[in-house]
Amino acid sequence: MDSTNWQPEKPVISKKIDQFFITIYQVFLFIRKFFREVFRMPFERGEFIRQCYQIGYRSLALITLTGFITGLVFTKQSRPSLAEFGATSWLPSLVSIAIIRALAPLVTALICAGKVGSSIGAELGSMRVTEQIDAMEVSAINPFKFLVVTRVLATTVVVPMLMAYTGFIGMLGSFLDVHLNEATSIQTFFQAAFEKISFLDFGASMLKAIVYGFTIAMVGCYQGWNANQGTQGVGKAANVAVVVSMFFIFIEEIIIVQVINFFR
Amino acid sequence: MKTAKPNINYDEIVIDIKGLYKSFGSNHVLQGVDLQVHQGENVVVLGRSGTGKSVLIKIISGLLYPDQGKVNVLGQEVPDLDEYALRDLRRQIGFSFQNSALYDSMTVGENLAFPLKRNTRHLSSSKLRKSVEAVLEAVGLSQTLHQLPSELSGGQRKRIGIARTLIMQPKIMLYDEPTAGLDPITSTDINNLINEVQQRYSTSAIIITHDLTCAKTTGDKIAMLLNGNFVKQGSFQDVFNTEDPVIHSFYDYNFIQ
Repeated sequence: MDSTNWQPEKPVISKKIDQFFITIYQVFLFIRKFFREVFRMPFERGEFIRQCYQIGYRSLALITLTGFITGLVFTKQSRPSLAEFGATSWLPSLVSIAIIRALAPLVTALICAGKVGSSIGAELGSMRVTEQIDAMEVSAINPFKFLVVTRVLATTVVVPMLMAYTGFIGMLGSFLDVHLNEATSIQTFFQAAFEKISFLDFGASMLKAIVYGFTIAMVGCYQGWNANQGTQGVGKAANVAVVVSMFFIFIEEIIIVQVINFFR
Repeated sequence: MKTAKPNINYDEIVIDIKGLYKSFGSNHVLQGVDLQVHQGENVVVLGRSGTGKSVLIKIISGLLYPDQGKVNVLGQEVPDLDEYALRDLRRQIGFSFQNSALYDSMTVGENLAFPLKRNTRHLSSSKLRKSVEAVLEAVGLSQTLHQLPSELSGGQRKRIGIARTLIMQPKIMLYDEPTAGLDPITSTDINNLINEVQQRYSTSAIIITHDLTCAKTTGDKIAMLLNGNFVKQGSFQDVFNTEDPVIHSFYDYNFIQ
């Protein structure tokens, strides 16, 4: 019996204000349920691996293209400003700082919010409205553990990997532009690029990616899990999953940057 | 009329519902419902759409909480059960959904194996395969093993939905509108399958329907749900041998159709 879907019989303040607080309460219960279930045995290893494959491998083409273009375009756009001061040799370090500190986590998160978040929202939403989740429940299977825990864990693990990959691909895009204009070798480029990158930069980006991954999956799962109103509800779940997770990603970006700057 | 003599044990009650109330906001769906199902008995719950028939079996299976009342299933009070005890009880209950609720991403074989695999972790793959083949044969759809649910007809989906519950060898079956949306011939097949399941697996069942042919063919007892309560319970003849105009209109409408 699902305790995360409670509704009062009569409005306490007004219907809209009530609904706002109820949603916050339901989100809290949903997250609490995740942390309760995640440490319970048995671990759904097979489904976790399947989800890692779905989320990771299937996002790779889009991530590669976007990461490469981001690196290339960012370098191209930065060149004229640096050229004014004769400082084009700073391009590798400038680009690497921008990519590793900000662009790679953010670009990866936004792509995953669109691709992974919407797909989780739509998949779980469709399972909810076609009673497949209820069918699991009455078959004595724990659908929350099988569907939600595995997806949230897989996204939280895979998004940081994708972030590291986006960073690498973005640097390659940047290298292409630098190489074509200054005939810099790949060794010189990466040496210059990593000179200004510290472990804190990389660690902070990893932390961001973990938080973003968790947020994307959690929002997608919550929306899908609580979908209603038939096929219209499925579309709404997918759409809201993307919008809300993107909103949270930007909020989290601001908070994490402030916290990291405190340690810098 | 149901012809085969089921082996009903009237001394053993498997589902005992007393004073059950359930509301959704201002919509009072169930208002003091009482119902008993004996071991081996098929009880048909008849009623118009939106009268709370499906809500009743969702409460029995623990998918919904009642507002008030006793729901005793196989000797256990369902609303009082914790998560683990409820899961243990559900292993003994089969639930056939109105739209079958087959898992879209899995083949028929995987759909059938899924509950068994999850509930008996150390089952060998050969035993699992044999169980899947046995229930597929029982519902007469052995050839669909590798097909996806989207490739099946409505009647086949219903049968696979029933097979998925049978694989757990339940003591109680709950059928939600088993013939809804099916043509008369396929409906007859499903009705026969429900009777076969009762005979072969010695199950007790609650069958939710508004199809009188289904009620007549499968029910040992009929319970007529009107305005949140059972207005009449008994054999098909007992229920419809009445002067009550509402029950009569229900009967006439079904057979004119």
